[in-house]
Amino acid sequence: MTEITRRDFLKLGAAGTAGLAIPIANPLGFDLAAAKKRALEARISGAKEVHSICPYCAVGCALIAYTKESNGKTQLLQIEGDPDSPVNEGRLCPKGATAMQLAVSSRRVEHPMYRAAGSAKWEEKSWDFVLDKIAQNIKASRDNTFVAQDANGNVVNRTEGIAFAGGAAFSSEEGYFATKVMRALGLVHIEQQARV
Amino acid sequence: MTNHWRDIKHADVILINGANPAEAHPVGFQWFVKAKLDPTKGPGSGGGAKIIHADPRYTRTSALSDMYLRIRTGTDVAYFGGLINYVIQNKLYHEDYVKNYTNASFIVKEGFDFKDGLFSGYNASTRSYDISTWGYETEGTTPLDGPPGATAPRAKRDMTLQDPRSVFQLMAKHYSRYTPEMVSSITGIPVDQFTQVAKIVGEMGKPDKVMTIVYAVGLTHHTTGGQLIRSGALLQLLLGNMGRPGGGMNAERGHANIQGNTDHAISWEILPGYLRIPAPGQKNLDQYVQLNAPKRSDPNSWNFFGINYRNFMVSLLKAWYGGKATKDNEYAYDFIPKPAVNSSWMSIYDQALKGKMEGVLLSGMTATSIGPDSNQVLQALANLKWLVVMDAFPTTSSEFWRAPGMDAAKINTEVFMLPATHWIEKDGSFVNSGRWSQWKEQVLPPEGDARHDHWITADLFDRVKTLYKQQGGKFPDPIMALTLDYKDPKKPELDEIAKEINGKDLKTGSQMTSFANLKDDGTTTAGDWIYTGSYPDAGNLMKRRNGIQNPQQNDPTGMGFYPQWAWSWPLNRRVMYNRASADLDGKPWDPKRPGIQWNGTTWMGDVPDYPATMNPKDPAAWLPFIMNGEGVGRLFSNSMLDGPFPEHYEPYEAPIPNPLHPSQSEDPVAFLYDQAAGRPNRFGKVDKYPYVATSYRLTEHEHYITQQVPLLVGLQPQAFVEVPEELAKEKGINNGDRVRVFSERGKLEVSALVTKRLGPVTLAGNKKVYQIGIPIHWGFIGVSAELAGERAKYWLANALTPMVGDVGARTPEFKAFLVNIEKI
Repeated sequence: MTEITRRDFLKLGAAGTAGLAIPIANPLGFDLAAAKKRALEARISGAKEVHSICPYCAVGCALIAYTKESNGKTQLLQIEGDPDSPVNEGRLCPKGATAMQLAVSSRRVEHPMYRAAGSAKWEEKSWDFVLDKIAQNIKASRDNTFVAQDANGNVVNRTEGIAFAGGAAFSSEEGYFATKVMRALGLVHIEQQARV
Repeated sequence: MTNHWRDIKHADVILINGANPAEAHPVGFQWFVKAKLDPTKGPGSGGGAKIIHADPRYTRTSALSDMYLRIRTGTDVAYFGGLINYVIQNKLYHEDYVKNYTNASFIVKEGFDFKDGLFSGYNASTRSYDISTWGYETEGTTPLDGPPGATAPRAKRDMTLQDPRSVFQLMAKHYSRYTPEMVSSITGIPVDQFTQVAKIVGEMGKPDKVMTIVYAVGLTHHTTGGQLIRSGALLQLLLGNMGRPGGGMNAERGHANIQGNTDHAISWEILPGYLRIPAPGQKNLDQYVQLNAPKRSDPNSWNFFGINYRNFMVSLLKAWYGGKATKDNEYAYDFIPKPAVNSSWMSIYDQALKGKMEGVLLSGMTATSIGPDSNQVLQALANLKWLVVMDAFPTTSSEFWRAPGMDAAKINTEVFMLPATHWIEKDGSFVNSGRWSQWKEQVLPPEGDARHDHWITADLFDRVKTLYKQQGGKFPDPIMALTLDYKDPKKPELDEIAKEINGKDLKTGSQMTSFANLKDDGTTTAGDWIYTGSYPDAGNLMKRRNGIQNPQQNDPTGMGFYPQWAWSWPLNRRVMYNRASADLDGKPWDPKRPGIQWNGTTWMGDVPDYPATMNPKDPAAWLPFIMNGEGVGRLFSNSMLDGPFPEHYEPYEAPIPNPLHPSQSEDPVAFLYDQAAGRPNRFGKVDKYPYVATSYRLTEHEHYITQQVPLLVGLQPQAFVEVPEELAKEKGINNGDRVRVFSERGKLEVSALVTKRLGPVTLAGNKKVYQIGIPIHWGFIGVSAELAGERAKYWLANALTPMVGDVGARTPEFKAFLVNIEKI
């Protein structure tokens, strides 16, 4: 039997929409695959192909996401491994293969939430409410803990009482921007997942 | 990684330590299997690469390995040290490489010594080393870049490697103690098994053979973490395997973008591109460069990083402070904050416990679950004035005030939970373990009210700036001066930021194409010099997608570099240090696996880690390792604070005294947070906690976020620990029983998975020690916890782990600590 790679399989999927010629009449050699092909075709037919990268570990598997616009909303139909990638060649692990359920989830935090000192509950707040309050906190803590010169007279211009941590899961450009802003605020406690 | 995922298929031998790629990086593991199934690879006459897995636990990686070694967690320095000793004693090292491409021939200063577990210069009261004796003997001078006539001392060398004070001889002496018997005594690996491995590894010093070492946080999460990695690197240098396809030291990163955001310096001790954060007392750029840039110690050393350090720093300052960064104000050097003390992860919570930290912003990280010492972290969070969590889902940090055992009424921390978008809702790059910066597109619009992390940061910054404008306050200058040259400063596009990171020529307005062209006169910018070249005027190279759809066209060398798939730093180079893949004349050590080669006029192959047209036969040609002052790989280094050669030290909680030097059992300079802060040192002793524990990840989960993914929770629904069969029998524990695992710091109450995958090791001749395995993923938040209710009360694995870190990186000792276990 001819060996069928994932890439061939996807070509088959694309055949219906893109009209690619398949050189062998029935390269899969068994009927189930033809059925799968039809199912796949039906599912992603007419969908937009968008390229992404898996959000979990750092192998960096390339993903193809298929989306469709309906009623003014973008609907995510399917996420699968990108067969062109020299890293994963279309393959995904259980985490990557279920990325859809991370992408679209009813478990997301929906609105900004605030928990006051001593309170036992969250309160839903507007973005303006939380951002204003945090900005005031940042300014107050910065002014409280800012050291312009140390005991030896060295100019150090540092904010000792605020820390920022994060970034292993967001884009590099966001990380660069966070570093830039946090250093401008004088932060010295800046960390991410690298050592933990 | 010095190399990249696909490159692993070129290896003849793959050593895996402190890692479980088949389960934690399954798709990357295909390249290991490709090497194993390739009959042209392998020791001797081939037949497939040999995979050798040393791990406390038999995993699916072990199942596909040729040899599995049950090693006691945290003892890999002894394992690599034993291999180094075997290679030296049997003269199996790659002699040409060692002589010409490493500092083996350098003469070390009189006064350097190692005795009773301590290197020269130890100060017990400060728990630190004076490293002044860890340097080279010098003779004469070498020209220095800078003012004409400037020189630096030239390191003395003995190319015969016979001088007793040569790095090579000192190294041979240092590791002569690591006999197979000693290795076995420390690691628990039987002598005959170790010897078998040593024979296979020893073959990898032949120029036409190559070995890779792959590791993950099983090596880094120790008080000897930095030295564990270095011990592997030393072995690779001896065997001549650094810089070569199929070789290198390859770290498997655990999160999609740890690499990218380390590069961009969300890390206390660096600025973007691994420039060091200035220290107090480094008063101006001259002093900063003088004290931080590598220095040339040989006339043939290019010292590329050293001579460009100032160009990179000034270009960064120009990117951040634009017109406010001028020659007259040292390009706003004073705007960069200068930390007095270590400010890394554990220090944040240590400062909070001391009442010195007022506010913490967490963006996609959860302090509580990550730990170490989660119970103490909860106390630290309760000591803050305010906590901001930006995340797509609730976390054990956003909800810390209602964690089991916490009394919300007594916690005065104001907590903000800001709904952030996640990966699918934004574009931007993720950088994988192999340094490939791969651009992703936005697939979906932000869900509901969610906002991008960087838009939240930009908006907050804007509001803070307004407050300073209205009210004044401490030193607002850097806040006012920060460049925000985006169409909407409150909503910068990631594409705009990517361009800024690349940098531009301020005279022409063109994007820079190489960091070699960056200047220190304020006419160039680069937000992160190692990414310069990723976004030239022609466009964003990280978006490139010329992959395996056309190997003939897209992989012209056939070596799997795929230079037009995404972009990798530096300068799209796929294998770092690749000058060392060729001999002195520029011929590949192994013609079947070339990295780069000299064709008489130019270097061909991968993007050379070397001037493209520098003739290797020119007597003035640079040495191969262009980034450090010596120009060669360092077998001996004074850049580590805990010793110039890696040495085995026991974890802070260990079942035996160190067989090498019981009087100095642990690393003498590791940082003990509790002790340093005047809190009780809560280390457990072996009489009360007789079992060694280690923690790890499962295939189906990634840290804590997958607790929000029902399909994955379905695959691994509840917290458990793995208990070796013999120990379970001793303790009357059956598979599925609920057990309590406890350390001096906290406890877990979870199910027991009784398994053959773990078993006892025999240490120090006759001491039988059990190891217990603890997956890290569960806590009091997520689908599992909701289903388990009260049973999820004690599910935080890091409630057990100690707050101690290695001296350089301050990486916590997550992977080796002592516990006890009982049936509930």
